[in-house]
Amino acid sequence: MAELLREIVVISGKGGTGKTSLTCAFAALAKNTLLCDLDVDVPDMHIILKPTPRREEPFMGGNKARIQEELCEGCGSCRDLCQFEAIREQDGHFLVDQALCEGCGVCYSLCPQKAIAFPEALCGHWFISDTRFGPFVHAQLKPGEENSGKLVSLLKKEARALAKSLGATTILCDGSPGTGCPVVSSLAGASLALAVVEPSLSGQHDFQRVAGVCAHFHIPVGVIINRYDLNPEGTEALESLCQKENYPLFGKIPFSGDIPKASQQGLALTELPGPLAGTVETIWQKIVQFQPQAQHILRPMPGKTS
Amino acid sequence: MRIGIASGKGGAGKTMLAASLHSVWPTQHILVDCDVEAPNLHFFAHPHIDQTWTVTLPVPQAVTEACSHCGVCRDICRYGAIAKFGQNIAVFPDLCHGCGGCFAVCQEKALVTGTRELGRIEQGSCGDTAYFSGCTRVGEVMTPPLLRKLLALLPEQTPADVIVDCPPGVSCPAVTVARRVDAMVLVADPTPFGYADFCLAYEAFHALGLPLACVLNRCAMPGNEGGDEKLKTFCQTHGIPVAGEVPFTREAAHALAQGRLLPELSPDWRTRFEQLCANLQRIFGEVQHG
Repeated sequence: MAELLREIVVISGKGGTGKTSLTCAFAALAKNTLLCDLDVDVPDMHIILKPTPRREEPFMGGNKARIQEELCEGCGSCRDLCQFEAIREQDGHFLVDQALCEGCGVCYSLCPQKAIAFPEALCGHWFISDTRFGPFVHAQLKPGEENSGKLVSLLKKEARALAKSLGATTILCDGSPGTGCPVVSSLAGASLALAVVEPSLSGQHDFQRVAGVCAHFHIPVGVIINRYDLNPEGTEALESLCQKENYPLFGKIPFSGDIPKASQQGLALTELPGPLAGTVETIWQKIVQFQPQAQHILRPMPGKTS
Repeated sequence: MRIGIASGKGGAGKTMLAASLHSVWPTQHILVDCDVEAPNLHFFAHPHIDQTWTVTLPVPQAVTEACSHCGVCRDICRYGAIAKFGQNIAVFPDLCHGCGGCFAVCQEKALVTGTRELGRIEQGSCGDTAYFSGCTRVGEVMTPPLLRKLLALLPEQTPADVIVDCPPGVSCPAVTVARRVDAMVLVADPTPFGYADFCLAYEAFHALGLPLACVLNRCAMPGNEGGDEKLKTFCQTHGIPVAGEVPFTREAAHALAQGRLLPELSPDWRTRFEQLCANLQRIFGEVQHG
């Protein structure tokens, strides 16, 4: 039987728990793996991977409404139709706030004067690059733009096609914080959600929320506790949670100045000599060997908004 | 004045700063948690919740017998939430963005209005500070409509300042909130990742014409030598006033992990945040709401 393509997505719920540092460290260790930065809003893997782009493509994220003054008769129906509060009247003129326009096109379709233009907008760029750790699919959304979920889906599609053509066995993705549209798009089709959790009240709370999203999509969740020594009580609470919920705990990483030090030098954590390299390597071996069982995949749905 | 506390990078210290400012703010104010995907302000501010609402999005849910199968609803929907298979119209409410286009064009009034739960909003108080927060439903992908509902609850005419804990990043959730505040404090994590994301946040929020100020968090972090200076140089070059610096200490990290407020750790910490608060009030002194 042909080996299935494994898709590992690194998530956290709460931001700033060390997702990207660890993803880059695993990238350095992973064999036959395609790398992918799905945190398209504020991507950071490129700082360590220093990619050389082989292919660059524009990302047309959608359309934006623009009122053509010379055709507008000022009836205001566009403002009344807009559910996104993106159209306002100013000194007798109607204006579309480009930052608030969701690109639904309702005003454009229903303007009685056909006075609204609806051009496609360039929302960012995406790339296929070479790195010292292997091929890398990544993007940059223009700051302030939307459609990040759409761009994430596009990157995943490209990454899968490239992995297939290269015969890669794993796609390793850096995800984004939160539980919203880019996170859900990142998780679609993932074979493992790897959560980097910090042992704080906020860290545990936000992890439980995103673990709920994973349960919703039947995606197994594994845990790494980062900076475990900064709050031993919180670490104990997370360990009990993992045991109770059948989340495999792949390992614990102490707070260390080596993490910012490695980034400062543009290195993956495993490229910096020190005790952490071994810790991270042991964790990665456990992840590679992990075979999800039914209890990791089928779990009760959590409370709705808890 | 409504002050947003934002950052490009997640985990830069937005909630820490919002809660600390609340603890030292010298005048009447309102506290709002807009990080609706991962709301954490309550761990620090310990609000007493008086009221909770479920927020829903009106979505098309079914097609009645009045439907003539003309397909105009499908044609106006840009989100693929309405499809036509042969003579049947099928509705996928989970894909709906709530633009209302289908309802507006359906001549037969054949669409039934359903609702999709987006999340919930809470209102309460922390002592004499009014408190508002939102929280998305687990599994819900859209946050802007919940944010719009949450921010619409804030009184337009109030002498009180409003401190808003914003969503991280620089895409639609952050912009939705940024459009509704009068000034923005960018919390910076001076690591290389934090620096890169801070530059993106500057680009996004500066473009909206917002007065900006910066607070450097986790300064003098071991292993991050040179990081603080690089960020300060960026701020200087781009005319972003630095309102204060919060040093990294293990004591602070431990306290924050347990939901304790830094100004309550010691008189020194309190003085630091009082100074930071005074600097922000001076920097944003002329800013008015509206």
